[in-house]
Amino acid sequence: MATYSTNEFKGGLKIMLDGDPYTIVENEFVKPGKGQAFNRVKVRNLKTGRVIDKTFKSGESVEAADVIETELQYLYTDGEFYHFMDPSTFEQKSAPQAAVGDNAKWLKEQDLCTVVLWNGEPLSVEPPNFVELKVVETDPGVRGDTSGGGGKPAKLETGAVVRVPLFIEEGEMLRVDTRKGEYVSRAKE
Amino acid sequence: MADWRPAAAPETLRRRAALLAEIRGFFARRGVVEVEPPTLGPPAMDPALESLAVDGVPPDGGRRWLQTSPEYAMKRLLAAGSGDIYALGPAWRGGEYGRWHRPEFTLLEWYRVGFDHHRLMDEVAELAAVVCGPRPVERISYREAFLAHAGVDPLAAVEADLAAAVARAGLSLGGVAVEERDTLLDLLLSHVVGPALGHVAATFLHGFPASQAALARLDDDDPRTARRFELFLDGLEIANGYHELTDAAAQRRRFEAERTERHGSGLPVYEADEALLAALEAGIPDCAGVALGVDRLVAVALGARSLAEVRLE
Repeated sequence: MATYSTNEFKGGLKIMLDGDPYTIVENEFVKPGKGQAFNRVKVRNLKTGRVIDKTFKSGESVEAADVIETELQYLYTDGEFYHFMDPSTFEQKSAPQAAVGDNAKWLKEQDLCTVVLWNGEPLSVEPPNFVELKVVETDPGVRGDTSGGGGKPAKLETGAVVRVPLFIEEGEMLRVDTRKGEYVSRAKE
Repeated sequence: MADWRPAAAPETLRRRAALLAEIRGFFARRGVVEVEPPTLGPPAMDPALESLAVDGVPPDGGRRWLQTSPEYAMKRLLAAGSGDIYALGPAWRGGEYGRWHRPEFTLLEWYRVGFDHHRLMDEVAELAAVVCGPRPVERISYREAFLAHAGVDPLAAVEADLAAAVARAGLSLGGVAVEERDTLLDLLLSHVVGPALGHVAATFLHGFPASQAALARLDDDDPRTARRFELFLDGLEIANGYHELTDAAAQRRRFEAERTERHGSGLPVYEADEALLAALEAGIPDCAGVALGVDRLVAVALGARSLAEVRLE
């Protein structure tokens, strides 16, 4: 079992607490001038996203979490699981809906996603920061209006709905920022 | 390219230099003499302090330790009849690194012959006012502070009461449970009580539990407590002082207890500093002494939020 001592604590370190994997967000060394030293950390639960405070006696060891970040290609969903493939080894992984969550609406076949694996199983899935998706449903475009002011909703091929300028038409490919959920531009064909 | 630019701005370091000059002027006006104790010497006995070793030191090529404070050397000087003295210079503590901790830092330590801890608190307040500007001064006993901020009487509480206070404060321990009484008190002081002190005034916390006397004498009026104090400014511990223990036999017993504790915790066990004990036997005058973290005081004076902003590293 790999462990980390508190003096190895730093932001980004992955540790096990109460059976769940956590990442250290912030580490503060606290010590009275004469007395016991402590490490006070903010940690984020990698399953739930919840951030909590924990205090350790300095010098203690904590179990390391077997958590790695990989780039996997999205293949398809069978409605229950989302299937991914490692493009170099062709090894496949399936992520449950809980791991994908709200990000499902950005997943497009062939796109490379950031998948966090815990003990080899997907824990969370992040889509690329920018994706190119086709408009499948939107009100008819208004010719001559290229200002982008106002805008209208457009439904994309993956099911996501974003606000787009009035001139965008059904069937067009758009570049979208997945972190903000915003239209960026028309995709260059 | 290597990151060569110091984090502390040149302008900040100029202001720091001016404050150090103020500190030296403060003592010069009061006839307290600056001394420069050797920074290589015996290790600290306190199990909570980690001394950093230096090997191959002449003339014997042996091992010495970087001082965690100049205390032992200064007490020998006091026994030799130095009178009031101060030292302003570097000190080292292994295993300490964080926003408010560095393994190397600047320490101001001074001793006043004939002072008790209350009179020394007055002087610490005057010095803090010179460096940080005037603010009201308050004194609160360790017991009152724990009752007010942690809802527990630190002198009467049993371990379970202290553990309950830790839980009430919303503190959650990630590792093994803390059961030792003094560790629970340290946990509450460093996480709950200390951060609440020194926000409207310069706050002196005094009357520490006897188990945390360190090098202070016990209080004759209440032997459950020691004549030890700490200064807090803006929630930050700035200084730690004592009405000094001058009894050689009592000091030898404390060293022995610290050796036992070090052995039990798997820490290096050191021989007691016989030169210090001999000086105490020869007799040091009744005095009070205090160690003050200069980097932290400068940080408070300049409104900095970390040590890295105010010291060159």
